[in-house]
Amino acid sequence: MKPGKFVKFLTFVTFLFFYVPLFVVVLFSFNSSRSPVWTGFTLKWYVELFTRSYAIWRAFWNSIMVAVLSSTTATVLGTMTAIGLYWVKNGKKKSTGDTFLWFLTYLPFVVPDVIIGISLLLFFSLLQFRLGFSTIVLAHVTFSIPYTMMVVYSRLHDFDKNIVEAAYDLGATETQVLFKVLIPNLVPSIVAAFLLAFTLSIDDFVITFFVAGPGTTTLPIQIYSMIRFGISPTINAISTFMIAGTVLIGFALRKFVRYIF
Amino acid sequence: MGGEISILNVNKFFGDFQVLKNVSLEIRKGEFFSILGPSGCGKTTLLRVIAGFEDVQEGDVLLDGESILHLPANKRPVNIIFQSYALFPHLTVFENIAFPLRLKKFTESEIKERVGNLLNLIRMEEHAFKYPSQLSGGQKQRVAIARALANEPRVLLLDEPLSALDAKLRQELLIELDNLHDKVGITFVYVTHDQTEAISVSDRVALMNDGKIIQIGTPYEIYESPVNVFAATFIGETNLMKVDVLEVEEEYYVVEAPGVGVFRCYKDKEAKAGNRLILTLRPEKIRISKQKPMIFENVFHGIIEEEIYMGYQTKYFVRLDEGYIMKVYKQHVRYLLDEPILHWKDEVYVSWDPNDSFIVEVLTS
Ligand SMILES: Nc1ncnc2c1ncn2[C@@H]1O[C@H](COP(=O)(O)OP(=O)(O)OP(=O)(O)O)[C@@H](O)[C@H]1O
Ligand SMILES: [Mg+2]
Repeated sequence: MKPGKFVKFLTFVTFLFFYVPLFVVVLFSFNSSRSPVWTGFTLKWYVELFTRSYAIWRAFWNSIMVAVLSSTTATVLGTMTAIGLYWVKNGKKKSTGDTFLWFLTYLPFVVPDVIIGISLLLFFSLLQFRLGFSTIVLAHVTFSIPYTMMVVYSRLHDFDKNIVEAAYDLGATETQVLFKVLIPNLVPSIVAAFLLAFTLSIDDFVITFFVAGPGTTTLPIQIYSMIRFGISPTINAISTFMIAGTVLIGFALRKFVRYIF
Repeated sequence: MGGEISILNVNKFFGDFQVLKNVSLEIRKGEFFSILGPSGCGKTTLLRVIAGFEDVQEGDVLLDGESILHLPANKRPVNIIFQSYALFPHLTVFENIAFPLRLKKFTESEIKERVGNLLNLIRMEEHAFKYPSQLSGGQKQRVAIARALANEPRVLLLDEPLSALDAKLRQELLIELDNLHDKVGITFVYVTHDQTEAISVSDRVALMNDGKIIQIGTPYEIYESPVNVFAATFIGETNLMKVDVLEVEEEYYVVEAPGVGVFRCYKDKEAKAGNRLILTLRPEKIRISKQKPMIFENVFHGIIEEEIYMGYQTKYFVRLDEGYIMKVYKQHVRYLLDEPILHWKDEVYVSWDPNDSFIVEVLTS
């Protein structure tokens, strides 16, 4: 095989690895038998999902609420942090304080989720917070901020510094520079940051598992607890439902998605 | 209107690195003043000091007699045009120009009128509602100028505003800029590393190198009387020669140049017999002919080594009998009619007026 062909083949296999499991989930959500053997087409799992699966829907709405609240907060805080860092660094020589600040914002990327989960749990119990919806939201805000900050910061970093200086030069105050120049130009990356935080929140399992407490559950945790009693095709149905939702949203907002990378 | 700038003994460091070394300049009211120098010599830094984006460790900057160093950039009555134009990407041409006016809370009708006038000035009325990404380089540059003028600053600072454009457009816009300067009447401080740009439109030029001001003068003075080797070679082209003084006369020195021979040069700096000097001789000041000219001094014989036809002139590289290769530029007035054509390997005589060869540096005294 020529090297070029080999690379193409590898790409093909990679895509296969990626999409075949998704395809299987979608396929089996229409399977009439409970066991993972194809026996015929049915919509009964969807009927069951939409009429009788009360627990799934409660968890689903919890997830959505957590995601909306936490990603909004994380986007606002992340954007402010990014602008703050840019402001500190702008034009000035890099100081050790800067490097330290950088390190602090990078750290959460590399710390394993389990550790973040445990430390948040400890932190909340130290403060005697009652575990539940609010602690989940707080935890999600915490782990999302580094990501939202990075997305906005990378855009700021590429932004022509002279544009900010031109605004000053033309008479703008710092606040005016912020609201009339920086933020309007950051909108795409702010939307992208929000989307990223939203997806991170929707599918987080590990950290949520630690801070959820007994009363509140999110969709990933609900699915996990259902799976312990065997794979129910209803799970395949909700998964298909979510895949479709993600694809649609991703497609509608594709213009912003490219700012994430 | 004002617009007189005094820069007094400014020293500026980036860490340990000194970018501006005791820079002093007087820029007159309404003047088109250029700061010319090679890349990295500190031109942009000097402009940013005037605009208020860089602080200085020593010295002062005065505008119309008052120090402006304590004022932040947004309070100084000067505006800058960046090399990258720095237009606001999220605003239309109209809104870009209106930006400073909106900050100052002008009424909608005043804004319409003033932006309208500025659009007219830069001949961009039909592009008023385009975004910067939809404009050509030259158009962006004009919008940047209009935006900077909207505040009616006393001084306009321009940092290589033409360097991103192609040569032909550069020429056009340079003339346009000159006309604009005449119309608005404020002081222009123009930074460039392009010597042709600087000497073609400026009232005066400051030549900079390595953070220092080398020479300040009219374009004529800068070109015709360079103060040192750097000035002589940075602006235009020249023949530099190391020569030894043989005899001192009242107005001239008799000198000997290795590879050339003995000739007379103008005595514009003090030197004694035995001193070694560097002198400059501009190539367009040298006559070249097949016949031996009817004069007896500063005439040398040689062979054309290289001939570069440029249209309006031809550049000859003449190897003199003793070995020096002399650049001689011959302007074409009535090509073929008045002038016999000179070719590669032709034997020629070069000659020049002693006043045109003069000293730029005395090496030993
Ligand atoms: N913020 C900074 N920190 C450290 N050094 C700097 C900084 N800005 C400029 N310098 C240095 O100062 C020197 C002068 O820079 P400056 O930008 O003023 O040069 P310039 O004459 O405008 O050059 P060019 O024609 O290339 O634009 C350069 O050696 C540059 O590396
Ligand atoms: Mg520069």
